[in-house]
Amino acid sequence: MDPVDIGLWGVPLAILAGAIRVSTPFLFVSLGECLTERSGRINLGLEGTLIFGAMSGYAVAYETGSPFLGVGAAALAGVVFGLVHGWICKFKGVNDIAIGIALMLLGTGLAFFFGKPYIQPVAPKLPSISLGGWSDVPQVQSALQVNVLFLVGAILAVFLWWMFRSTRVGLVIRVVGDSTDAARAMGLNADRVRLLSTAAGGAFAGVAGAYLSLYYPGSWNEGISSGQGLMAVALVIFARWNPINCFWAALLFGGAGALGPALQSVGVTQGYYLFFAAPYVLTLGLLIATSSPERAMQGAPAELSITK
Amino acid sequence: MTDFSAISRRRFLGSSAALAGATAMGGVLGAGSALAQTPLTVGFIYVGPKGDFGYNQAHAEGAAAVKAMPGVTVLEEENVPESVDVKNTMESMINFDSATLIFPTSFGYFNPHILELAPKFPNVRFQHAGGLWTPDNPANIGSYFGYIGMGQYLNGVAAGHASVTKKIGFVAAKPIPQVVNNINSFLLGARSVDPSITCQVIFTGEWSLAVKEAEATNALCDQGCDVITCHVDGPKVVCETAAGRGAFVCGYHADQTALAGDKYLTGAEWNWARVYTGMIETVQSGGTIDNFVRGGLAENFIKMSPLGPAVSDAGRAQFEATKAEIMAGGFAAYKGPLKDNTGAEVVPAGGSLIETDVAIESIGYLVEGVIGSTS
Repeated sequence: MDPVDIGLWGVPLAILAGAIRVSTPFLFVSLGECLTERSGRINLGLEGTLIFGAMSGYAVAYETGSPFLGVGAAALAGVVFGLVHGWICKFKGVNDIAIGIALMLLGTGLAFFFGKPYIQPVAPKLPSISLGGWSDVPQVQSALQVNVLFLVGAILAVFLWWMFRSTRVGLVIRVVGDSTDAARAMGLNADRVRLLSTAAGGAFAGVAGAYLSLYYPGSWNEGISSGQGLMAVALVIFARWNPINCFWAALLFGGAGALGPALQSVGVTQGYYLFFAAPYVLTLGLLIATSSPERAMQGAPAELSITK
Repeated sequence: MTDFSAISRRRFLGSSAALAGATAMGGVLGAGSALAQTPLTVGFIYVGPKGDFGYNQAHAEGAAAVKAMPGVTVLEEENVPESVDVKNTMESMINFDSATLIFPTSFGYFNPHILELAPKFPNVRFQHAGGLWTPDNPANIGSYFGYIGMGQYLNGVAAGHASVTKKIGFVAAKPIPQVVNNINSFLLGARSVDPSITCQVIFTGEWSLAVKEAEATNALCDQGCDVITCHVDGPKVVCETAAGRGAFVCGYHADQTALAGDKYLTGAEWNWARVYTGMIETVQSGGTIDNFVRGGLAENFIKMSPLGPAVSDAGRAQFEATKAEIMAGGFAAYKGPLKDNTGAEVVPAGGSLIETDVAIESIGYLVEGVIGSTS
């Protein structure tokens, strides 16, 4: 199919396409972190989990020929990292932020070590769904190639929001996150709730890694993440611990990240380093615009070590 | 949760040391060890992974050829940052493994790391890829590099014949002279086929940024570029994304035929195997390697990937003819009158910059027809 000259329409199209393509890892990691933080713990190790998930997902997909088994393996690896974090943090005197940083380094190091033989091979990719069949423009069709994981992430965001708001499980997580004492008084085992929340959060981060290596950009190498796991952790604070907001924040970051290359492609070539900084400038701007001394840290779980 | 100051210091130090040990293990195991004492021990140091389908793989293939030579022990270490780490790696190769010839293959290793270490080990030869040696530097340092811009010129010839939209794309990392020369050469090669062709360049700002490289490739395809090449450390993502979007691909650093299949036209590759085995032979026969070594297609420093099935007969003929011209020596990609893409004249009528011209090594302008800016 011959490409159609779309000129300046390339910019909004690239932002839309970028929002769909690039946002998924942000979405999964931030949902995972949101769940963990709602239970009162911070897991900074999700960057390491993401990278290890990317490696293990790619490796398993290559060995078995099935990208879905790869996603499963990445989720499982994420659970293991989450369980380790949750288990260590239950001991007295252990700081969850320090353990998170340690696990981030460990996950990254292990992924690099075991991932060596998988940099070269080409693993099967996750399939995508074409939602652009209505358009004759190949660029639009390409932009609307939506991966299943993006849709799963969107549904998951709504599900988590509903779970926190109106289910018993959600209430238990929120109680544990807001007051350990209240949870104890209710007869809840706070450590177990946090262990399970961290494990589930780790699984989400693992899936995010598998998306990177198995769909977009679709290759395993040691520079695959470039800090996306860390940015997603910051997104949770930006999204005020609300899963629906996590979804919008992830879309925003994905779209803003596409701005730099898209502007260069239509001939706006001066100052591209500035456009590459767009996601961060945007975050700063939004944080300043939405901040207020009266309702600082609104929505923050009270047991989080950063809010205490 | 407890507050940070409540951690016992001893426990914190203990656990962080254990972690550091665990993460460092990858590097140590990767380095391997030399057990047999042989007359010549050679060390290769890479900035990234050996199998990146790119810059580091090209050097590692050279090291593999050296490994096959008799009487040589090869040490390799990958993922060595351009920091004090490379000094430690070089010192351990010299002190523990008795290496007497070291190839630190990344540009940023030279200053200050090699420059500081060389006077301390006068009996060790440091061969740096990048070509920065000047007569003021210690005599036990050597520099070598290849005229890969000629390879990108040939890529451009193949691209010029394959392009239907007359727009070709370049995903570039940073606007340093080598990259800028590759972009210019790619377009000038394509314009030798059809002077109406333009080349859209997108800078990603870093040597290895997988997501941004994929976004850049998609943006180029959206704008109708139908042949894509790149200058990033690992071209795998660009090749796969471009081929997936239906664009033709010209490779860089190493052979990427396996990644792009029928969409692969040709590629500009390093041929370090030939260069490294030649240098080792010189040392083994008691000679000294020149401090400043350069070469191109004719000297076997670079080579082209086999032409893909999509290259037309006319394209094949012009590719081979141009290649023969370059092999004959003195070929000029930059021929006057030539303007840069802001309209200023850079090469006057009748003038030219030949392959070996030192002016190319500090080139800062994009030629007319390149859509992009270096800042």
